[in-house]
This record gives sequence, C-alpha cells and structure tokens, in this order.
Amino acid sequence: MKMGEQLEKMYDVELKPGAGEAYVCNLTKPEFAEVMATDIPKEPLPDHEMVPVALRKLDRMRKERKSVQLYLDICVRCGACIKQCHYFIGTGDPKNTPVGRAELLRKVYRAHFTISGKLFGSLVGAQKLTPEILKNEWYKYFYQCSECRRCSVFCPYGIDQAEITMAGREVLNSVGLAPKYVTQVISQVYKHGNNLGIPEPAFKYNCQFLEEEIKETTGVDVKIPVDKEKADILYLPPSADLFTNTDTMIGVAKVFHAIGADWTMSTYASEAANFGLFFSYDDMKTINLRVVETAKKIGAKLVIFGECGHAWRAARQFMEAMNGPLPFKFMNILEFTADLLRKGKLKNIDKSRNDDVVVTLHDPCNYARAGDLVEETRYVIQQVCNNFHDMDPSVTKERTFCCGGGGGLLTEELMELRMKGGLPRATAVKEVVEAHGVNYLAAPCAIDKAQLPLVMQHYNIPVQVGGIHDLVGKALILEGQEEFEAKKKAEEEAAKAAAAAVPAVCGLCDAEFATMDECCEHAEKDHKISKEQCDMACEPKEGAGAAAVPAVCGLCDAEFATMDECCEHAEKEHKISKEQCDMVCESKQ
Amino acid sequence: MGVLANFVVNVLPYITLVVFVVGVVYRIAVWWSRPSPAPIPVFPGQRSVGDAVVRVLADVLLFRSLFRFSGNRILWLGSWLFHISFGLILLRHLRYFLGAEAVPGWVNALQGIGVAAAVVISVPLLYLLLRRIVHADIKWISTPADYFVLLLILSVVLSGLYAKFFAKPFVVDVKYVIRSLMAFQPVDLDKVYLSTSFLVHFFLVQVLFMYIPFSKVMHFGGVFFSPTRTHYFGGESHTKSQEEV
Ligand code: HEM
Ligand code: SF4
Ligand code: SF4
Repeated sequence: MKMGEQLEKMYDVELKPGAGEAYVCNLTKPEFAEVMATDIPKEPLPDHEMVPVALRKLDRMRKERKSVQLYLDICVRCGACIKQCHYFIGTGDPKNTPVGRAELLRKVYRAHFTISGKLFGSLVGAQKLTPEILKNEWYKYFYQCSECRRCSVFCPYGIDQAEITMAGREVLNSVGLAPKYVTQVISQVYKHGNNLGIPEPAFKYNCQFLEEEIKETTGVDVKIPVDKEKADILYLPPSADLFTNTDTMIGVAKVFHAIGADWTMSTYASEAANFGLFFSYDDMKTINLRVVETAKKIGAKLVIFGECGHAWRAARQFMEAMNGPLPFKFMNILEFTADLLRKGKLKNIDKSRNDDVVVTLHDPCNYARAGDLVEETRYVIQQVCNNFHDMDPSVTKERTFCCGGGGGLLTEELMELRMKGGLPRATAVKEVVEAHGVNYLAAPCAIDKAQLPLVMQHYNIPVQVGGIHDLVGKALILEGQEEFEAKKKAEEEAAKAAAAAVPAVCGLCDAEFATMDECCEHAEKDHKISKEQCDMACEPKEGAGAAAVPAVCGLCDAEFATMDECCEHAEKEHKISKEQCDMVCESKQ
Repeated sequence: MGVLANFVVNVLPYITLVVFVVGVVYRIAVWWSRPSPAPIPVFPGQRSVGDAVVRVLADVLLFRSLFRFSGNRILWLGSWLFHISFGLILLRHLRYFLGAEAVPGWVNALQGIGVAAAVVISVPLLYLLLRRIVHADIKWISTPADYFVLLLILSVVLSGLYAKFFAKPFVVDVKYVIRSLMAFQPVDLDKVYLSTSFLVHFFLVQVLFMYIPFSKVMHFGGVFFSPTRTHYFGGESHTKSQEEV
C-alpha cells in the first residue's frame, strides 16, 4: 500500500452521536481543589448556584480574551475542521468535532450574551445554560479535547478550539467541576516542585543514580547537578525523565558535559511541564513563576526546557507574557543541541551507534503548532542517526496528530478514549513501519512517552518509543569514553579467553580436554559439530570455571592464580579446612 | 403597494444603513478592544507584523487555510467562487452610486464580469446548501441560521437576476433612486419605473445587510483579528542559538 492510503481511509468516519458520553474524568478531591492558585469550590456547587456562577465566569472569559470572544462569534460552521480532530476520528461523536465541541459553549453564549440569540433562540442555535449542560456536555467534552490545535490549522479563520476548551474548563472550575488528575498533578508541583511528586531527597538520589549509570557505561564522571547556588544554565526536565525516560536525561547530561556547561537543575522547580495550561491561567502563571524565580535566584543566563511538548508551549507563548520581563534567555533543549551540532561543538558523534534503529518522528503538537519547533527535531535526529524516515506529510509538522493523551487527558479512566484518539497517529506510524521498517518512534515529549507505547501496543505496531536525546546520548562519545570502552572490551575478551582456557569435557563422549578450543576441535572432527555450535557438545568441566578464577585471601590479602591455590594456602597458613575455604578466599572479580 | 414600496425605497434604506454601520462598527470595536493576555500564533509562528499581514491576506484572498483541508478542494473552490463572485457583484453595483461622469473605467469594465458572476454564484451557493443536507456530519453541526443566510443570499441573487433579465429596469431609474437617497432627497415613486422584482430585490438586499451585524457573516471582519493568525512571536527572551546568551 502506498504511503497515505491507510490514512485516507481513516477519514471515513461513521457518525455516532453520543459515543463520547462514556468517557468522563474523575472529579477532584477537596484537598487538591483547595491548593489551586485559582479560587475554586472544593466540590461541585449545588445545581441552583451553578448557572449564575458559570455565566459570570463565561462573561469574564470572553471579555478577558480576544480569542474567546472572536472564536465564539465568527465560526461559519463550514465543517473544514470536522475530520481534523483525532477524537472525532476515533469516536465518531459529532460533539467531538472541533466545531461541535465549540458549539456546546457557543449555544450558551448566544442565548445569554447575543441579541440574535435572545430574540430567536434555537433558530440561531442558542440554548440557555443548565446544570446538565455543564455536567453532561461541558465537563465531558472539554476533557475530550487535548488542546492540540490541529483544528486551527485547517480552519479558514484559524479558530482555535483549544482556546474555547481552555475557557470552558475555567468556567467548569468555577463551579467545582474540576478533574482529579489535573488538580492532583498541580498540587504535587506546589508541594514538591514536580508533576510526579518526587520529594527532594529522592530527586537528588535519582540524579546520583543516573550519574553512576553513566559512569558504568562510559567510564566518564558526568555530573547531573542539582540545586547549585549559581549556574549559567537552569535545566528543566520533565520529571518523568528522572524515572521512566532516563535515557533522555542521560543524553542531555552528556551534551552538557561535552561542552563543559555550567548547569544545574533545581528541586524547587524540577519540572518543565505546566499543567496550568490544561486548567487555568492563574495556575499556569503560578507554576511558571517557580521557574522564573529560580532562574533569577541562581543567576541563570539561559533556561532550557527539556523534551516536553506542552511545557514548551507554556514557556514559548506564556512565560514572558505572564511573568516577564525575563532577565534571562530561554530555549528548548532541541534548539540547544541543534545549535551545538550546527556549530560543530559536539565533535565526537558516531552515528553508526544508532544503526540498530530506523527512526521516525512524532511531532509533539505543541512543538509544531505552538512552539515553532519542527526543523530542529529533524536536524538533530539526522545528525545522530543514519536511518530516518518521516511519516506522510499530511500528518507531520503543523499537521501532526496528537498522541491522544495530551491536554490533561493522560489518566487511567480515559484509557479507552486515549486509545481511540491515538488511532490517526498509529495509522501513520504503521505506514512508515511497513514502508521503511521503522522500529523507533522518536517522541520528544513526556506525555508522548507515556501514551504512545500503549497506543502502539494497542494497535499492534512493533516500534520502540523514545526521546531524541536518547539517540544523541548513544551517538555522542565523551572524552575518555573510547579508552574506557576499549579497556572494558579487552577485559571482556580476556574473561572470555579465560573461560575458554578452562578444562572442558565433551558431553557426547565424556572425553576431557585442557581447553574449550581443544574440545571444540574434537567435537568437529569426531562428532561433526561445527565450531559455532560447539556449545551443544562441549561444556566447561564442573567447578573448573570457578576454580580457574584468580582469588584473594581475605585474611592476609595474598593473591593467587586459582581458587584451589588459595584454599591450599588457607589450610596451610590459617588452618582453615578446604570445605570452609569460602570463608576466607574470594574470587577477585 | 404604494405605501410598502415607499417604505422600502424611502425609509428602510436609512434604517438599513444605520443598523449595518452601527452594528458592524460595534462588533469590530468589541473585538478590537478585547485584550490578548499572551501571543498565541499557530505554526508557522509568524515572527513579525509583516509575516502576520501576509498570512491574513493569504487567508482573505486565497482562502489558504481552507485549501489545506486534505482531500476536499471542492469546498475551497465552492467557497472561493462564492466569495469572489459576491465581491464582483458588489463592485458592479458601484455604478449606481456614482454620477455618470464619475464612474471609473474599471467599474464599467466590470459590468459584464459582474453579471456573469451573478449567474455563476448560484452554483457554489447551491453546492454550499446541498453539502449541509447531504453530509451527515455537516448536517449535524448546521443550525437553521446557516440555511437561512444561504437561502437569503440565493434569493437576493435570483431576484436580482430576474429583475435584470425579465423586468429590465432602466439603469437611470435605479441610479436616480440611489443618488436621491444619498442626497437625502425623497424619491418620487411616480417619476420612476421600478418593477416589483426590483423592489423585492432591493428589500432582500436590505434584509441581508441588516442581518449581517447579528450573524456569522461578520466573519468578514473577524478574520482580520484572529489571534492565531495575527499574533506573532514577539519577546526578546527566546533564542534559537546559545551564542546569544
Ligand atoms: C474578508 C472577507 C471574507 C473572507 C475571507 C471570507 C471567508 C469565508 C470562508 C473561508 C468561508 C467558509 C467556507 C464556506 O462555508 O463557504 C465563508 C463562508 C461564508 N461567507 Fe465569507 N468571507 C468573507 C466575506 C464575506 C462576505 C462579505 C459575505 C457576505 C455575504 C460572506 C458570506 C459568507 C457566507 C454566507 C458563508 C457561509 C457559507 C455556508 O454557509 O456554507 N463572506 N467565508
Ligand atoms: S473550520 Fe472554523 S469556521 Fe469552519 S466549522 Fe470549523 S471552526 Fe467553524
Ligand atoms: S484542539 Fe485538537 S483535540 Fe481539541 S478539538 Fe481541536 S483538533 Fe480536537
């Protein structure tokens, strides 16, 4: 099948009104609602209070945001956006089309705030607000929008449904219809500085752990600094990079090390992500303020945001507007690395180390449509990998499809919806897998890295999902790393040789040999077993392996070529019987 | 008939004018005055006013965004034809507003094209109407108002064509009406020949223009304010190069 054909078919969506009604977020708990920067009720208001409060908030939203007022006013319902939404493609529910979703709010706006709506009612599509509309329509369908903004690209007026969704959610907040998932995540940021709620000691411990891991694989002392008092660069990882996507964090640390950067992370602002974007401007601003304050405190000249899509939108479009002016510059880690590569500052790159992967790229929505970031991602991948294939152009760059889990929907109770919303992305990946044998889906976003593996599994697509800096980390060779690797390799070979030098026995005829090689030769000659398959016949002689290993006496530190020799020494010098030899003698490894 | 005609010709136009102008100005003033808390351009992320102007113009003149609509260039074509024809028709009507000596050459040159456009426009109009009935998803999102405005424009077009080709008014008569109105002089209905079809056309046009400020047709003004298109990335702090640091 040609690229694009499966995608083409995907757009034949059967209309299933009401299909989305099954998906609804769990409501927040009072302890989360309480700590939000936005003043919201701890639980849903009683029905008779809901409508006036909601209308007051809606009125404020349209007056405070040009986008909301305009996009409520000018939609012509041409339908160009209908099939651009992954949740509509996945569910077939017309209320999940961008225009259908917006109409849920627009009809209320018309009824209460426009002349034509007041005069002509349902003739112009106006409907008065009821608690049921809030609970059954808004609360459900505004949390079936991932604020991906794909609809806006195709709309003749650029109507951005995400703006309506954000306003709708703020109205919902005001009447206490807030989701548990988003409020919990935000409350964790306020308490621990990051989405996952990792407390300071654990955060630091994990950084040490990653340092050790780098040391073990590269032999280089790469630092992952936390809470340095002064630093030129403040780095904000998505906190998941310290737990689940550690290869991304390692890649980033290696880049900083390679150029000798003076960088640090902070436990006060240990999170790039900003769930305020999915909840309210007030919380977005408050979360972001932690970053700005930290950067000011440590005198950072540059703030770098890690691989996370919506984090980049919150930074790129809101940070300066909300908490500016900023006494520092900021950029995305992909811009940073791309710039280093372009200027040849990452000298030792061995692309062939990524030859085991054939890569495609999922453009995170917020990189592509809100963050001005589509070239750098591709550039970096191509600088560190030999095999890269883009998906069909109808689903990349500004037309990228959401992973299905963005916008605050990455929660367990929405799993079915998330899988349905992942359909377009899965279809596009399937095409490149079939056409080019792609086996690595690069997804430089923490939400993607949580959502896409599930989607790929759901649709049976055999690809690994990972970050871009995972690949950078693999290809980037640090000073001293090659020597270390050579040494390690030599050691491994010596160990192998040592193993080969062990006396062996042929399993087929019980003949004994001084070395494995001799046994293998015998097996080939006498039993017609090729040397590659030698292990089918030859085994190391029992106990020989261990005995041949160099040993050291724990009592006097004397060293011996074999365990046996050590045991003899122990018996003679320390009066320890050979049976108890393991009490003193240890193998040297 | 006499009273009604008198109302449509001598009274309603001023009401229409006031409603249209005040309405449109008010709606635009509202959009104009609403604040934007943050820049929210959608890719490719305009970098300057110039970028934003180019982008909006491409949308206004070529319906560029609509053109991207994968797999459905027919909507783009239908929509664009509809609007370009509408524009040409409007321009053609300019000659009724200008004195004989003041009609510029290009308005005269437009007469033929304008009449052709009036014939052509029915096709995209019918297409726009039909797709709302035929496609289940578009039918679902359509409100009565969406059909109404299409039918209204269609009836404006048809009544105009009828008046022109079958009732054949004299250009001088129409011009006399318009020029009188512009000079705030009442039209003496006995002095001119105005067919019923012309009166119907004239009436419907006024209904359309009075309806515009209250309806989605205001998109013609709104498209110039759309934040995802008009905003551009300002701010000095973002950088794509670490050397600037
Ligand atoms: C800057 C000028 C304008 C632009 C860029 C513009 C653009 C568009 C676009 C892209 C559509 C959607 C496609 C469609 O459904 O046909 C549309 C629809 C529409 N436009 Fe305009 N338009 C403009 C001015 C006007 C004007 C002056 C009118 C006056 C009658 C008008 C009347 C309509 C109507 C009635 C529709 C709805 C068609 C339908 O229901 O399917 N437009 N316009
Ligand atoms: S594409 Fe834009 S104008 Fe058309 S229906 Fe969707 S939101 Fe409305
Ligand atoms: S922003 Fe994305 S999820 Fe929301 S309506 Fe638009 S296309 Fe659908």
